[in-house]
Order: sequence, then C-alpha cells, then structure tokens
Amino acid sequence: MRRAVVLAGLALALAPLAAGCGGTKKKAAPSTASSSCAASQLHLAKSSTLTIGTDNPAYPPWYGGSAGHSWKVSDPYSGKGYESAVAYALAKQLGFSRDQVVWKYVPFEIAKAPGKKPFDFDINQISYSPARAKVVDFSASYYDVAQGIVVNDGTPISKVTTIAGLKPYELGAQLGTTSYQLIKSTIKPSKQPSVFPTNAGAVQALKNKQIDGLVVDLPTAFYVTAAQVPGSKVLGQFPGEPGGEHFGLVFEKGNPLVTCVNKALATLRSNGTLKQLDHQWLAKATGAPILK
Amino acid sequence: MASEGDRRPDLEVEPRRSRLLEGLRFEGEGARGVVIALASTVVFLTAVVVAVTQSPGWPEVHRVFFGWHDITSSFPEIARAFVLNVKVFLVCEVFILVFALLIAVLRSLPGPVFFPLRALAIIYADLARGVPTILVIALLGFGAPALQLSEVPTSRVFWAGVGLVLIYSGYVAEVYRAGIESVHPSQEAAARSLGLSRVQALRSVILPQAIRRVIPPLLNDFIGLQKDTALVGTLGVVEAFNQSQIDANATFTFGSYLAAAVLFVAITIPLARFTDWLIVRDRRRRQAAGVVG
Amino acid sequence: MSAIALEGVRKSFGTHEVLRGIDLGLEEHEVVCLIGASGSGKSTLLRCVNLLEPLDAGRILLHGEEITRRGVDVNRIRQRIGIVFQAFNLFPHMTVLRNVTLGPRNALKLPREEAEGRALHLLERFGLADKRNDYPDRLSGGQQQRVAIVRALAMRPELMLLDEVTSALDPELVGEVLEVIRELADGGMTMLIATHEMSFARDIANRVCFLDAGRILEEGPPNEIFQHPHEPRTRQFLERIIQAGRL
Repeated sequence: MRRAVVLAGLALALAPLAAGCGGTKKKAAPSTASSSCAASQLHLAKSSTLTIGTDNPAYPPWYGGSAGHSWKVSDPYSGKGYESAVAYALAKQLGFSRDQVVWKYVPFEIAKAPGKKPFDFDINQISYSPARAKVVDFSASYYDVAQGIVVNDGTPISKVTTIAGLKPYELGAQLGTTSYQLIKSTIKPSKQPSVFPTNAGAVQALKNKQIDGLVVDLPTAFYVTAAQVPGSKVLGQFPGEPGGEHFGLVFEKGNPLVTCVNKALATLRSNGTLKQLDHQWLAKATGAPILK
Repeated sequence: MASEGDRRPDLEVEPRRSRLLEGLRFEGEGARGVVIALASTVVFLTAVVVAVTQSPGWPEVHRVFFGWHDITSSFPEIARAFVLNVKVFLVCEVFILVFALLIAVLRSLPGPVFFPLRALAIIYADLARGVPTILVIALLGFGAPALQLSEVPTSRVFWAGVGLVLIYSGYVAEVYRAGIESVHPSQEAAARSLGLSRVQALRSVILPQAIRRVIPPLLNDFIGLQKDTALVGTLGVVEAFNQSQIDANATFTFGSYLAAAVLFVAITIPLARFTDWLIVRDRRRRQAAGVVG
Repeated sequence: MSAIALEGVRKSFGTHEVLRGIDLGLEEHEVVCLIGASGSGKSTLLRCVNLLEPLDAGRILLHGEEITRRGVDVNRIRQRIGIVFQAFNLFPHMTVLRNVTLGPRNALKLPREEAEGRALHLLERFGLADKRNDYPDRLSGGQQQRVAIVRALAMRPELMLLDEVTSALDPELVGEVLEVIRELADGGMTMLIATHEMSFARDIANRVCFLDAGRILEEGPPNEIFQHPHEPRTRQFLERIIQAGRL
C-alpha cells in the first residue's frame, strides 16, 4: 500500500518534468524589420495607437503644461516640454494623429525590466549604455545630454570651480540616472555619495542641506534651480565624455518598431525639428560654466 | 503531581543534543522514512528545475536575474554597504528593547490614575503599527531637518533609525504586553505580599518571567527589523539594497539584487533557526513543567 | 492589645458580598483556625488582612495601628505580615535561596550577606538547606510549600496568615508541612490559619472560627466547636467532613 502511494507521488512529481521537455518552445525569432514603416504596418502594443510610457510626475523642462490626465506637475498630453514635443513630432512622422497617441504611466522599474512591455516606447531621460542595451533596445539619440550640478548659493561648495574642488563634499544623485556613475568615476568624492529613489527626495535633501550638491542632467538642473530649490544655482556642467552621453527611447528587446522610429528620428534631426524643439524648450539649459 | 523521586532533568543544566532541524523530522518512519523523503525531495526539485529551465523565457531570465558575473562583481560593494544595515539593526534593536518595554509597562499600569498614560500607550501602539514604516522614515528623514533648528540633527541615518525604533517599538511593546499578561496574577500577589513595591515586583518577579516567555516572538520581530533596515535607502543613504539598485540600474540586470538577498538571508536565517530552537525548547520545558504541576 | 483585630470587615466582588461584617481579634502568640466550606470567605479574609484586597467597610488594626486607613504605606505593613498561599506561588525563575532572600533584600534592604544568612538559617531549620540552589520546579509540592513558609518567615513577620496551605498537596506530603506549622506554633508565632485539616485544627488551634456565607457563625475552643457545636450549620458542615473521612 505504502509503496503504491510513493510511486504515485513520484509520477506526480515527474509530470511537469515530462511536460517541460515536451513543451520546449522555440523562442519566437524577431521578425525582421518590415520594410514598410506605414502606421498600419507597424508592430504596436495596441493596434492603431501609439502607446508611449513615461514616469509620473512628469517634470519640466521635459514636460510642460500643468498637471492633467492623471499626471502631476506637468502633462505629457500637452505637447509642451521637450520630450512631449519630440514624442508628438515622432508620432506625426510615423503617421499617427494626436488622438492616436496614448501616454502610459511607466515607473523606471518597469521600463528597465526584461520581457514584455506595456508600451511601444518609453521616453523618460533614460541614458543609453551598452550594458543596458543588452536588456532593452534603445533608439538613436533624441538628446545629447550633459550633466550639471546644483548647489545652495552661499554654501562653501558654491565657490568651487573645478571637478577636483568637489571632492570633499557630500553629493547626491537620483537612482537610475547615470549621474551617480559620474560622481563615482569622475568626481571620486571622499564622502559616500547619496542616491535617491525619487526626485522629490533628492530635492528635499538639497533643500535641507543634507547633501551639498545634486548632480543631474543639465536641463533638470535648471528646473531644480528655478522651481524646486529656492536659493540654489547651477554650479556648472561636466565636460562631455568622449562618445557623448545621450538619452534614447526604450523599447522591448527585439521590437522591430525601433527601426521605423530611428528612421523618423533621423528625419527630425536632418530637417532641423529636434534643434528647433531643443531651442524652444531647453534654451535656458545652456550657459552653465564647464567645470575643469 | 510529582513525588520527590520524580524529578525531571534540568534543561538548563543538561542541554540536550541540538535539534536545530526539529521541524524537518520524518515522523515515525525511521531509516525508511528518510530514504523516501530524500527521494521525493530530489524528484520534486529536479522537476521544478527542469520545468523552469526549459521555459521559453529562461535564457533571458537567467541572463538578467542570475548573471553570475553581475552577482559576483556587485557583491563586494554591496557587502560594504551592508555594514550600514547591520549597524542600524544592532543600534535600533537596543533602543527598541528598552523603549518598547517602557511602553508595555505604562500600558499595564492598573487603576484609574494611570488612565492617561495607558491611553497614550494604546494610541501609540495603534499608530506605530498602523502607519507604513516607509512613510514615517520619509517624514522624519526629510521633515525633521527641514525645520532648520540647529539642535535637530540632519543625519538621515539618525532619523531613519528613529523611525525604525518608533515603528518597531509599537510591535515589540505588544509582544512584551502579551508576556506580562501571561504571568499569573498570583506571582504579583506573592511578591507584593512580601512588601515589595509595584515597581520592585515588576522588575524582580514579573518582567523576568514575561521576557523569558516572549523571546521567540521578539526575535521574530527582529528578523523583520533586519529586513526593514533597507528602508534607510529611501532617504538616499547608500545601504545594501540601494547599492544593489545602483548596480541594477547601470546594466538593467538584477544579479545585484540576488547578491543583496544573500546578505540579508545570511543574517535572517540563523536568527530564524535560533528562534525555532528557542520555541521548541520552551515547549519542551512547559511540557516538563506540566508533569510537575 | 490584640496582635490583630478586625472590626466590621466587609468585602464584595461585584454584587457578591463575600465578607459580611467580620469581627475577630487575635492575641499575641494565639493560633486561630478558620474553618468553613469553600466559598465561605476564608481566603478573602486572609487576603484582606494582608491588604491584597481593599476593604469596602470596617477596619483592621495591627498591634493597635489601623492598617486600613487612607494613605498607609501598604508595603511597610505587608513586610510585617507573612502570608502563605494554597498554590505556593514560588518564583519559578529564582533559586530557593533567591526566593527566600528577595523580600529581605528588596523590601527590607538588608545587605546580601545578612539576608542570605537569615535565609540559610531558616532553610536549615526546616530541612531545606540542600535545596537552596535548586529551582522550585525541581522540588516536591511539600518542599515547595515549606520554602514558601520559609520565604514568609524570612521577613520576621509579627503575624502569619496561612491559606489552605496543604490543600494542593498529595496526602503523603501534608504531614511535613503541618509539622512546620506546628513548630511555628510551639515557637509562639501568632497565626491565622484557613484550613480543611480538622484534626490539625483541633490539635493546634487555641480557637476555631466557623465561617459561613461571609460571617463568623460560631467560634470557641476546638473541643467545644468540634464536639458540641451550637449552630445547626456548623453541625452540618462537620458531619459532611466526618463523612468525607477528614476528621
């Protein structure tokens, strides 16, 4: 009797094993990019809709307008702000009407995870790196980014003009940005830098003087100074590294849509649209002294 | 009831052989039971491993979550950051043990005179257990320094520690209270009948018995505390989990999470086994005490 | 002056009146046994004397001092009155010696050596010296109760209250405890004893009080109470005891 039970248990335990062997599926090979980039031919998350992801809140100068469509601070649907404007220009180039664009709240954690994505692409100041590109696909650059540092005016760090001069200070960056890497590899500060999961936390710490300086991309640095931390200033920007850091749109790995988006981006770059949008939305984000 | 010759061996004086794996016994089956249990375990694990590794997404999952290089390359830095978790854990634990005991004692004070104190202790315990820890830490870590008072510290580790102490004291106070209430009132009567004051009775007679009884649930709470030290990271302080996120974000792979998990587990599993062992010992002690009556 | 005097003592728990006007006095060196059915109020009476229960009415005087008045230092009073409970109530986390020295050291603030000297002397006297480092759960019931008596004696009380101290014991262990009490009586200890051991009460008591429904229904020398009870309820009670074979 007991032997029978044991055998039955054994069979039960082995069942998924057999199923696993038999059920091995070939990974669906990514269909080679369709030569046509007509809107009706595109590989989309939802048919005849361009689903674009970004984080919430959406901050200037990347997004503009006032809070709306369940977004806080700024509204991606506004078409205002650099990323929103670029997204709508891209949509138009790909043949979508404004109404066919749907914005989806995508936290950074989802954007970076492997596997199926709930959006066609995510546009959220995500820097390209070869390592990241092994997990998700990136578009070509839609913005070549420089990093800047925000400090409280009148504090000792506000007199610093060189990168070496930043060493003794307590610096912070936002989690998920390349700013933290820049602090560790370029500044090499003597105190352990902080890394904040949210923009709100980073900004509050700077306000409280719990950190001396906040390293962020330059456009964001100007926004922090203008709107988030009274009495702060952009101390300077860091010289671009060879190869240049850039923001790319994030796609699910193997998504054929990336080819068509890159074509559209190339057109927007060559016809001067990107430059014009940069000028319109990020003009203030220039003119910070370069730290030596 | 025991006669004089019917004494049980004193467990404290003669510790029995270790039974750390008490929960894994193969009831009444002997060697045959062990063989069956082993075979069944091997078959089951094999089935799970095969099913997972044969799944279509496995190569990707394996690369992203279990990349050996990601795990090993991130480990040293995460381990260094983990020192902060351990420090926060140890320091907070001491304060929690003392503070929670104070709350529990306040709550067990009898008589109408102490009603305000009792009410305060109850409100405190309710709030501490009701509010998410992460909110309290954010509120203290960013809020208290925002007051810009020179005597208020700005250290985020300090405020995160305060948050953990406040929250966990709510839980631990309830554990203590359960222990205090489990001591029979006749023990207090006996102490008071000797002329001991209420405080003396509490200190010498009630608390020593109460605390001994609640050591397992106390340790249980500390396992939770050990994990929650990761919340210090929400204030931007680089501790083990925060460091693992930095690594994960650099490459969009999650091997570093596994490295952090290993470190946390390395502390919590021994704590958990130790707790189990204490529970088993306590149960046996009670059974033995039941014989004596 | 009475060693202890109760005047019109009343005590209720909720709506249940357990003591309904008790008047009782003990002279120095007197041994009084309280007898009566379970629930007649014997234990409550003793707990009231030790101030473990507050009175609803009446007063209690210890050597002429009213101990039930407002603002009295109950800890000081309890140091002068020893009580031994039916269930021993030893402290299970302390050794025998620590059980006995706790009161002298914490309440009387005696130095450790003096408290231990006093304790060891008492343990020796009652044959418990070799148990001094044992924990209570290693002792037999009889030994535990003897330790409990020693614990109370270590405070050098003016009065001892014994609350059914043999009721939780196996019959063969009762004798050793009664022997201790007898020795205390011979030594002149003033004692108020609630007991079911009628032969012991007859033997040791100067006076026996029969408690019924919160009142002292009848009291007198043991021979009178046990052989010529006046009250029908006393007779009833004693007959039942005789039937149960305990007299």
